[in-house]
Amino acid sequence: MEAGIVSYGAYVPRYRITPAEIGRVWGSDGESVGQGLNVVRKSVPAPDEDTITISTEALRTALARGGIDPQTIGAVYVGSESHPYAVKPTATVVAQAVGATPHMTAADFEFACKAGTAAIQTCLGLVGAEMIRYGVAIGTDTSQGAPGDALEYSASAGGAAFVIGRERVICRVHRTLSYTTDTPDFWRREGQRYPSHSGRFTGEPAYFRHVTECARAMFEAVGTSSKDYAHVVFHQPNGKFPQRVGKQLGFSEAQMRYGLVTPYIGNTYSAAALLGLANVLDHAKPRERVLVVGYGSGAGSDAFDLETTDALGEFDRNHGRSVQYYLDQGVEIPYAVYAKFRGKIRMAEG
Amino acid sequence: MSIARFWRETPRRYNLGGSKCTTCGTVYFPPRPVCPECTHHRQSIEKMVPFQLSGAGEVLSYTVVHEPAEGFEMQVPYVLALVRTDEGPVLTGQVVDVDPAQIAIGLRVRATFRKLREEGAAGVIHYGYKFAPADEPGGGPSTAARSGTVPAGPPAAERSPA
Amino acid sequence: MREVAVLGVGQTKFGELWDRSFREIGIEAGLHALIDAKLSSADLGALFLGNMASGTLIDQEHIAPLIADYAGLAGRHLPAVRVEGGGASGALALHQGYLAVASGAYDYVVVGGAEKLTDVPDATATQITASTADHEWEVVFGATLPALWGLVARRHMHLYGTTREQLARVSVHAHEMGSKNPNAHYRNRITVEQVLGAPPIAEPLGVLDCAPFSDGAAAVVLGPLEEARQHTDTPIRIAASVVACDTMALQHRKEFTSVGATVESARTAFRRARRAPADVQVAEIHDAYSICPLIGLEDLGFVERGRAGPEFASGRFALGGTPTVNPSGGEKAQGRPFGAVGVAQVVELVRQLRGEAKERQVSGAKLALAHDLGGTGATSVVHLLERAN
Repeated sequence: MEAGIVSYGAYVPRYRITPAEIGRVWGSDGESVGQGLNVVRKSVPAPDEDTITISTEALRTALARGGIDPQTIGAVYVGSESHPYAVKPTATVVAQAVGATPHMTAADFEFACKAGTAAIQTCLGLVGAEMIRYGVAIGTDTSQGAPGDALEYSASAGGAAFVIGRERVICRVHRTLSYTTDTPDFWRREGQRYPSHSGRFTGEPAYFRHVTECARAMFEAVGTSSKDYAHVVFHQPNGKFPQRVGKQLGFSEAQMRYGLVTPYIGNTYSAAALLGLANVLDHAKPRERVLVVGYGSGAGSDAFDLETTDALGEFDRNHGRSVQYYLDQGVEIPYAVYAKFRGKIRMAEG
Repeated sequence: MSIARFWRETPRRYNLGGSKCTTCGTVYFPPRPVCPECTHHRQSIEKMVPFQLSGAGEVLSYTVVHEPAEGFEMQVPYVLALVRTDEGPVLTGQVVDVDPAQIAIGLRVRATFRKLREEGAAGVIHYGYKFAPADEPGGGPSTAARSGTVPAGPPAAERSPA
Repeated sequence: MREVAVLGVGQTKFGELWDRSFREIGIEAGLHALIDAKLSSADLGALFLGNMASGTLIDQEHIAPLIADYAGLAGRHLPAVRVEGGGASGALALHQGYLAVASGAYDYVVVGGAEKLTDVPDATATQITASTADHEWEVVFGATLPALWGLVARRHMHLYGTTREQLARVSVHAHEMGSKNPNAHYRNRITVEQVLGAPPIAEPLGVLDCAPFSDGAAAVVLGPLEEARQHTDTPIRIAASVVACDTMALQHRKEFTSVGATVESARTAFRRARRAPADVQVAEIHDAYSICPLIGLEDLGFVERGRAGPEFASGRFALGGTPTVNPSGGEKAQGRPFGAVGVAQVVELVRQLRGEAKERQVSGAKLALAHDLGGTGATSVVHLLERAN
């Protein structure tokens, strides 16, 4: 298809907390837990940040970088499992905040960690059908793990925004396809504060099965194998799963290098694969092939077979913050401040 | 905080939409119907046009607030500053993403988008501008695309049903 | 316009008046002023009441007839008018009362100022205080009134080298004078160290740089100067009563370390009275925050721009100074019941000019200046008072 990525932007909040610090409070050897997960530290949003503000910052970067007039945007979709409202879309606030309203459509997506990639697929459809000129797909989360739970060591906050269009494409999408089943590996019921998960069931029957089946379906559909890609990005709930699945599929460490960001910022859920893709695009050269295989619990994988274009060479990647900036920067905070920021402390009522 | 009263200002609070007097060229934020600079105010009526601020500016003064305004309790201590935008108008806003010990008069900042307050756990969330230290050249995101288009706000009164 | 005199003054104690209601304190001050003026309420032409925030503080708007009613004057259908201008509400009410008598519309009026701040929690009082700043463009973004004055203080320190110690001297002086004022909310002396070590409110301002939340009321009776000797041996002439406004938000001012409205109102007042700052022996200057009198002294013309810090610290404005500043203890020590402040300033200055100020007496007081501000200076009111001979 002719549609693809025209611009992109990333945002990760400033604060960080380490597994060692989390373990200290819960009586675990946090450092070992972190090593086991390959998570060095995770990002923590400030009390005045949420999925709406993070999405807005990421999209503003994308629009500024790409020199895109917000009034040419025809759709804004935000995928997250931590939308600030259960009813009232994140996407309308973000669209207003970047000046894209009112002649456009918007909606929020939810599909655990693959809500952002699902939004990209939808934008590709609208752009490809020439229903809109530019579509925006954002994956952002400020997810939480229950205190003391394994997920608390990795659940973090971040967002990535992609502008999809047919003009000035810096990364073409050759093909996208998905692998979707009803698999209860990880969920959160309406009204519940924290998600639940099914322990080791989240591994082989969930993440690994969907990612590998989807990747293989893509290889078959486009006639490739792992050797054909300069870069690969997987959904990355921790720093270990993607390395394992990558090896299973025959990818080398070099191919996986830029796509793996979770070790330094934690699992940004709907943003994770997208931040990995953004980091790849920050470093890629023109005419490099990229495979992205996202994953969302519940469950499904979206795969994208991409190729960077010559236009990437003229694209101003130095405008605004790179993903590397967020991987390198960060201000560490203690658990008490983290608990305060994340609203885990019971406050006075009324 | 009244929902309608806050909503009405979103083109200002989200997008830094100001106004400019076409007679003398002075830029205002928030927008004004009449230009105080023009010697006879009648000169400026119907001569004010929308003007988009970029959000870039510098700190003219700052204070670290320990006794908060309502809704800001979780952010104490926070930095409040007078910021002179590059286009001229001075705004009052928080400076975030900075250690209060590092704030100084003259610091270059850029407007960012943050939560201002929530009306409790069940109420509306209000968003608006705060300022963060500007990055090195390359900068951070600005509030508008380079075309400088002024974003549309809530539907104009004349579009309401007859 | 005919000349106007202050014929009588009265006030309540300022402080946390748990047992006294708003109507009780309003009436007490008014009755004291009437007695002091040897006037019966039958002679009264009108009541002007300065009050900033009764609606949010005590859920009661429309308070001028309330006070008139409880003073027994509703049966007479006395004209009763409420005046509001942020913290300067009392001074504005005085201006309205002055105009009422000067114009000939009324002969004798009572001007009162009253406020009850302690019936609400401190956090609520902080938010209500902030409603005198620009709500939509300052408060919504996290500003409180002390935060805005903190911005002013920091800028003044940056431009002129004013120090926190110099700011602290303002509060120390206020308490020194408050210790001599039986009506003061705070009568304790404090030290510079205590001010510097107090918990921060909005840096560089700390708890002891900020006036307290107080209850209180004050009142004066005004009448034509030509009739004054029937009511008092010491009529005090209002030589000037001037109001000026400025931008609502601090961010829109031409300068942040000067209140243009004060400069304008002071200049006009001195011109009308045919006097100069050097002629003033005693002044009550807005001092809700320690930076305020420093800026005020510069704006009113007592001190060169930027020099107020060192001049204040030198002791120039202590009792007997040039001029003596805030002999009442100011808002900092006497207290800050918003609507009462502007009237209480004049009550103190009248006592000074009459020679009735006892321990706080400024000897040879002949010309006095009262200055009050609303918000961060969107309203400025300046009164000049002179002993009439």
